[in-house]
Amino acid sequence: MTTGKRIAFCIAALLVMAAPPLFLNAYWVDVLNSVGLYAILGLSLNLIVGSAGLFNLGHAAFYAIGAYTAAILNTTFHIPILWLLPLCAVTAGLFALVVARPIIHLRGDYLCIVTIGVGEIVRIALINNVFGLTGGANGIFGISRPTLFGHAIRKPDEFYWLIWSFAAITIFLFHRLENSRFGRALNYIRDDEVAAEGCGVNTAHYKLAAFIVGAAWAGMAGDIYAAKMTIIAPESFSFWESVLMFTLIILGGSGSIPGVLLGAFLIIGLPEVFREFANARMLIFGAAMVVMMIFRTQGILPARPRRYATPPDPSCKAEAEA
Amino acid sequence: MEVFFQQVTNGLAVGGIYALIALGYTMVYGVLRLINFAHGDLFTMGGYLGLTLLTSFALTGRLGPLLGIIVLAIMVMGLVAIAGAALERAAYRPLRESPRLSAVVSALGASIFLQNAIMLIYGAKMMVYPQDILPKVAINLFGLYIPLVRIIILSASVIMMAGLYAFIQKTKVGAAIRAAAIDQGAARLMGINVDQVIMIVFLVGPGLGGVAGLMVGLLYGQVNFTMGWVYGLKAFTAAILGGIGNIPGAMVGGILLGLIEALGAAYISIAWKDAIAFLVLILILIIRPTGLLGERVAEKV
Repeated sequence: MTTGKRIAFCIAALLVMAAPPLFLNAYWVDVLNSVGLYAILGLSLNLIVGSAGLFNLGHAAFYAIGAYTAAILNTTFHIPILWLLPLCAVTAGLFALVVARPIIHLRGDYLCIVTIGVGEIVRIALINNVFGLTGGANGIFGISRPTLFGHAIRKPDEFYWLIWSFAAITIFLFHRLENSRFGRALNYIRDDEVAAEGCGVNTAHYKLAAFIVGAAWAGMAGDIYAAKMTIIAPESFSFWESVLMFTLIILGGSGSIPGVLLGAFLIIGLPEVFREFANARMLIFGAAMVVMMIFRTQGILPARPRRYATPPDPSCKAEAEA
Repeated sequence: MEVFFQQVTNGLAVGGIYALIALGYTMVYGVLRLINFAHGDLFTMGGYLGLTLLTSFALTGRLGPLLGIIVLAIMVMGLVAIAGAALERAAYRPLRESPRLSAVVSALGASIFLQNAIMLIYGAKMMVYPQDILPKVAINLFGLYIPLVRIIILSASVIMMAGLYAFIQKTKVGAAIRAAAIDQGAARLMGINVDQVIMIVFLVGPGLGGVAGLMVGLLYGQVNFTMGWVYGLKAFTAAILGGIGNIPGAMVGGILLGLIEALGAAYISIAWKDAIAFLVLILILIIRPTGLLGERVAEKV
């Protein structure tokens, strides 16, 4: 795509995404808000799972750390919740640094199982009211509504703008990251770690960095979640949440931003559409995951291989002119 | 000391259950390098099938408690084994050549499917086992009163583990399983039907897991459709603790985890009981990733 086309595409996408609150009722706008939140979470996890190829099935832990940081500081010190965004990123990122540092060298499945363990420990710690801060199984309530430029955000429509603006920023930044030196290094590690190390990529460093950035972003998503719900409880950060985030990435197309967005729409949106089948929908969902993996392993919208324009060969040009 | 020994016997009984489930994980991992996330749900299935068979055939009433439970366990084992083999055929065999990530997602999908299938069939409420299956007696052992059910569970799991060990070590099929675990390609060249070996592994592992589900029903008197996930994760921890892919390792790991958990719950805090198991898992992976008995060096990369 040329730059002009790309800008046109971005404007068209923004216009399409801006339209729903104008004609949808509050319920469906709220569903789209959930989709947006999971899109942000999915993109943050995609950096770890999709770009760097590290199995992380405990992403809900980082999400929880962000949400609880926001909730605790907001309810005790009354700091406006959106101001806490950077702080939530820092706490979630630091937590990721502490837990991931000793386990980052572990191979695929082992890492997967350890992250599950970390996720569960965090959830149990929250239920057990660790340090007397987390409010136990009931969680924390009375989180204040976010305000933006003096305007309080309350209605689903208003949250729609907040969440999807943040999602747009996330998409832009992660797209830039994907095409940076950092993104290329992560892809190299995913595809062949030994070769990457041989070429001078500091694999442990990059893997850890991917973990921390992904976790920090999930922490910010946690802040927005806390602001949206005004009440948070450990049950919102169960293993199931991690599975949802993981599945939407794999289903949509691991390592591909459009894929992750589509995955968020399918995994969060479709069960809402099929509410009539209330009980059986998870059964179908599970079966669909298996069928999907058998027939389209790479996901619905897989990442396209990187393409680089080769610099024009001066000798060819000379021949053509001659 | 009374508390200590009671917790030890309790830990041994629960540990026996963990070990039986862990064997299923470790055998599958040994041959396929796949974490069978649906294994925990096959275990749940065992608990529910046991209840159905128990109430519909009144086995313990007709055959007497001990023989009745043995027949029941064999029936559950057979049915869950068939389910396990069917699962392998449907969800894992088509993915034999695919990347690891896809197999993991397929396993998660199968787990969600089975869990919800059980919920749709039996309902979301927990189900209670009849209380009169086993006589409620405690046996006096060196001045210590141990409930009969714990003794039965521990001895049954030890017998099954010994049987499995003999099967793996002494029979031709067992040798084929060991060979396929070391090198599938080479095993195939030696004339071993690896597909058949994998099928056998998926019969034996879930069979034992299903009996473990029945044991949980007998020990705690109730089953619920989500229990597979917690037991599955703990049993997987046990398998890693002992060294994954290593069959005696899964047995030792299971018993050890049961003991650690029971003593941790008694002396540290019952609220943190589940966290203790995961903490053990993380520490083991940091300090000794090959597990206690793991001889196979974890592959580089």
